[in-house]
Amino acid sequence: MEQKFESALKRLEEIVGLLEKGELPLEESLKAFEEGVELVRFCTAKLNDAEKRVNLLVKTEDGFKLQPADFQE
Amino acid sequence: MDFEDTLPADHDNREVLSVSDLTRAIKWTLESSLPALWVQGEISNFKHHTSGHMYFVLKDDAAQIQCVMWRTRNGGLFFTPQDGMKVLVQGRVTVYEKRGIYQLDVHQMQPAGIGELQLAFEQLKERLRQEGLFDLEHKQPLPALPSRIGIITSPTGAAIRDLITVLQRRFPPVEIVLSPVRVQGDGAAQEIAAAIDDFNRYGQVDLLIVGRGGGSLEDLWAFNEEVVARAIFRSTIPVIAAVGHEVDVSIADFVADVRAPTPSAAAEIAVPDRDELNRQINQLALKAHRAVEGTIETAWQHLKRLESSYGYRRPLDIIFQYSQRVDELSRSLNKSASHRLALLREAVDGLSKRLQGLDHTAILRRGYSLCYRRSDGTLVRSAAQLELEDEIEVHFHKGRVLGTVEDVVPESAAGEPARTPSKRKKQRRRQKSTRQLDVFGSEPE
Repeated sequence: MEQKFESALKRLEEIVGLLEKGELPLEESLKAFEEGVELVRFCTAKLNDAEKRVNLLVKTEDGFKLQPADFQE
Repeated sequence: MDFEDTLPADHDNREVLSVSDLTRAIKWTLESSLPALWVQGEISNFKHHTSGHMYFVLKDDAAQIQCVMWRTRNGGLFFTPQDGMKVLVQGRVTVYEKRGIYQLDVHQMQPAGIGELQLAFEQLKERLRQEGLFDLEHKQPLPALPSRIGIITSPTGAAIRDLITVLQRRFPPVEIVLSPVRVQGDGAAQEIAAAIDDFNRYGQVDLLIVGRGGGSLEDLWAFNEEVVARAIFRSTIPVIAAVGHEVDVSIADFVADVRAPTPSAAAEIAVPDRDELNRQINQLALKAHRAVEGTIETAWQHLKRLESSYGYRRPLDIIFQYSQRVDELSRSLNKSASHRLALLREAVDGLSKRLQGLDHTAILRRGYSLCYRRSDGTLVRSAAQLELEDEIEVHFHKGRVLGTVEDVVPESAAGEPARTPSKRKKQRRRQKSTRQLDVFGSEPE
């Protein structure tokens, strides 16, 4: 997830740069804008995702698992 | 026990003892006359046996004594004894008969003073520094946006509370995974190191925060232990150390990839501020929108130039209609980006198809040709515009030809040619009138 957000943001900045340069033909500009819109949607969704809980790292026989912890402070 | 009783009767007055007897006597003498006592000295030859027992020598300038601290007794030590450390030990002198040595059976041990802990700190720090554990090149960059953070600290206390509060306030979607450990006392250093290794085996966290709240040097000591330093160094997951308060600097702080002066600071280092990121993204969206509007404006200008260069009338209306639509769409682009975008695309697609249709080269490519009257350059739309012997220029998709009209065949009312065109080149037919009014019939003169 972390990589995807970072690279999405980077790509969005790239696209804005391209659009602002204005050297793309109309068709490409619109395609790029469309991609930009998608990226904005993706990034916004990631950022505004619901709050997550706190988990405990628990050792099991064959590895690890997460168990919800209760930290209401 | 009276030694005289053991003397063999047939000897003279010389007392002859066996080695065991002598040793037993020594043991008795020492062990009964020396109570449990406190001794201060410097550790050397320290060995922590795999059995768990500790063996070392306690010395000063003039003397030394062997010491042993059994596993059951040394488990409570909050620190790891090191050569050179001055310590206070409490114990009893015992004689180890088998080896004929006397030794100190240590029950308790503590550093001779805070100074001792400081010294041990400096010594370990220097040793690890020389090994390169603190080197910049080993520091890993922190992830810009961690999705899951592992925290190693006490499950109670201010540190975990502060961490969770700040992390969730700053970046609510972040997942927090806690591995609770003791952060001081017996075995704490081992627990901390094991938790770091566990997270590395689990693998699914982007970042680790290791630390505890404030306390004395003894309280924080676990984070100065070599086992913790090595676990941090080993970690392939980046580690932020947050041990104690601003003024406390532990060895863990030196080895970690980033040092935070407090738990709250660690949280601020670990995640970005969500509101700030949202702002950044909105800025980018706005810029993109503006840039595209600019591009559309340019395209619209281009369209206008196109239509004026071809001089079509009727098609102009179509272009006007479509370009007006483009106008409207581009102005209201900020309402619903993708819906507008779809409409816009549709408009542009339609427009470009139209243009292609109108584009005379496309027409020509289909086989049609354009005929101009050479005298005045008029585009000839109907045969009626021409007279015999007019010079004409016919443009094809590729190339053109020059010619002279040798026959003009107007259309009849029914749309059928009045007569078939003549193919005889040299023959000329003079007509009284070369003018045909138009498709609705000719008026004979």
